[in-house]
Amino acid sequence: MDRPAIQSSSVCPRLPRGVRLSHNEAQGGWVLLAPERVFKADAIAVEILKRCTGESTLDAIVDDLAKTFAAPRERIHIDVVNLLSSLADKKLLEL
Amino acid sequence: MGVHDPLPAPLGLLAELTHRCPLGCPYCSNPLALDKRDDELDTATWARVFREAASLGVLQVHLSGGEPAARRDLPELVKAAREAGLYSNLITSAVGLTSQTLAVLADAGLDHVQVSIQDSDEVSADYIAGYEGASARKRAIAGEAVKLGLPLTINMVVHRANIGRIEAMVELALSLGASRVEIAHVQYYGWALKNRATLMPTREQVDNAVRQVEMLRAKHHGRIVIDAVVPDYYARYPKPCVGGWGRRSLNVTPAGRVLPCHAAEVIPGLEFWNVREHSLVDIWRASPAFAAFRGTDWMQEPCKSCARREQDFGGCRCQAFILTGDARAADPVCHLSPHHALVAQLAAEREGTAYNYRNS
Repeated sequence: MDRPAIQSSSVCPRLPRGVRLSHNEAQGGWVLLAPERVFKADAIAVEILKRCTGESTLDAIVDDLAKTFAAPRERIHIDVVNLLSSLADKKLLEL
Repeated sequence: MGVHDPLPAPLGLLAELTHRCPLGCPYCSNPLALDKRDDELDTATWARVFREAASLGVLQVHLSGGEPAARRDLPELVKAAREAGLYSNLITSAVGLTSQTLAVLADAGLDHVQVSIQDSDEVSADYIAGYEGASARKRAIAGEAVKLGLPLTINMVVHRANIGRIEAMVELALSLGASRVEIAHVQYYGWALKNRATLMPTREQVDNAVRQVEMLRAKHHGRIVIDAVVPDYYARYPKPCVGGWGRRSLNVTPAGRVLPCHAAEVIPGLEFWNVREHSLVDIWRASPAFAAFRGTDWMQEPCKSCARREQDFGGCRCQAFILTGDARAADPVCHLSPHHALVAQLAAEREGTAYNYRNS
């Protein structure tokens, strides 16, 4: 399977054109909008996705989250890699 | 739905900007009686509809038709959708759309483009579209969209004439730079219903097609997303049509009538409200057509006591009416419907390849 695995911590993940994080009151919070699809984004996903601007490396994103939420870096690294890999698989993220 | 249940918030708005279209595809889901150009809503009314939709919770607007590019104000409409906070999806035949217009739309904030392709074989594709040169035009515009950085979906409507070429069609979508492809088996409403005997594949063809889509998904995993709309005449259970009546989406016709789904006008006795007289919010909440089959209270057996009643909502109301004459009946594609045998009979009716092309 040619899963686009995250090869290195120096990639700068970003949402491609056509994928947007959006807030809608009537839908009860944050959603990730994509071609013909809508995903509810939980609080953790929102924090990760807001940092996927194409300007920060994966490493920097994990560092920032670990600092902001005073959480163990290894744990956050796993969460971030899992989320981003699954989004990249669905063509919702560029690595 | 019980009186205490909160009203659901819709997610999607299908905006049929016009029924005009240069193509004549025999599977078109537009109604046989098309809205006229003179009756089309103006730019300002559409912009208001988009704002009202967003306030209801709608996240995505599908700019459709007919051919939406037949509207000269398409860039303003895309801009209005963006300003309303909606994700905009252009559903186009690409015929009548120029690369210049596409660039203007991209600048106006268009989020996504979906181009229909009738077949991987160009002669067959142009025959199906009833338009010489359509295929070449579509490929060129799809390429332009990708060049502009717009995400591209290729939509392929599958029927007896092209069902053997799904693999080639997915390869074509990949070569055009699409990130997503829709393999949509014909749904039999509107013009497609009129052409059912010419379009209907055999069960063996459908089974092969389903297996092929599975194989292609595995083969191209991570390269292209393959979504499939299943052929429901051969199904055991019905599709949860539009995610449940009046639950997830609404459809505005070129002349402003608001429908729970694009085919809803085939059901007699439903009262549709128009955005010229009511706000979209009032229509969603209070129009008789939306209330008619919302929730499960309208159901009769076998749906009423069915464990799947909140999963597929009894299937499609329009199909139930078209095939049984009763819009409250179970969708007869369900094997639990007393009319289920009729579906197999209808699927077995086959005629040649002379299409009743839709009018423009």
